[in-house]
Amino acid sequence: MTHDALPFAIDLVASLLLVAGGGFALVGAIGLARLRDFYLRVHAPTKASTLGVGGALLASMLVFGWTGQRLVIHELLITVFVFVTAPIAAHLLVKSALERDPAQRPPAPDRIADHAEDSGASHSPRM
Amino acid sequence: MIDHALTLSLGMFCIALLLTCWRLLAGPDVLDRVLALDTLYVNALAIVILLGIRFRTQVYFEAALVIAMLGFVGTVVTARFVARGDVIDHD
Repeated sequence: MTHDALPFAIDLVASLLLVAGGGFALVGAIGLARLRDFYLRVHAPTKASTLGVGGALLASMLVFGWTGQRLVIHELLITVFVFVTAPIAAHLLVKSALERDPAQRPPAPDRIADHAEDSGASHSPRM
Repeated sequence: MIDHALTLSLGMFCIALLLTCWRLLAGPDVLDRVLALDTLYVNALAIVILLGIRFRTQVYFEAALVIAMLGFVGTVVTARFVARGDVIDHD
């Protein structure tokens, strides 16, 4: 591939954004694969994936904005869309889980202490 | 340098896709699979964007936009269908 040379600052910042985005997505996927409960699993990837896509989109905006091939409207549209819709999707998933399975509903906040006493250390949010 | 960063980032996203596919196949509940599909389309969107940066072409961004819109609609419809048994209320 023959690229027109980027200046060093844009190259550095775009590379850092790319690696950080990949790291966020990887952490989110590890959380999705390893955490124990559905409500813990829904917590991990919905934020981390959004940040991962955000890093990739920011790097793309930098590179294409510098090379001047076109305006960066596409990335802005995708950013707005992903950042608005990902929390809505996660909210609907958790609502569906609560409607579907009321026995799995987590305890109310004032009863968390009792609940933790009942079931010992297995309800700590570790794996 | 950005080529090496692109390669590293693509590798990270591919490992993330593999972990998500494992959760998609092994998820104990239907909603786990729906959540895995949601994460899968977001990661695929990022991979499409990274390929667009690597090849310096604009065609990939149209595909990314379409993936973003259709993936959100699919997640919402599947979550509602799993919870209620239908998508649109009839009464």
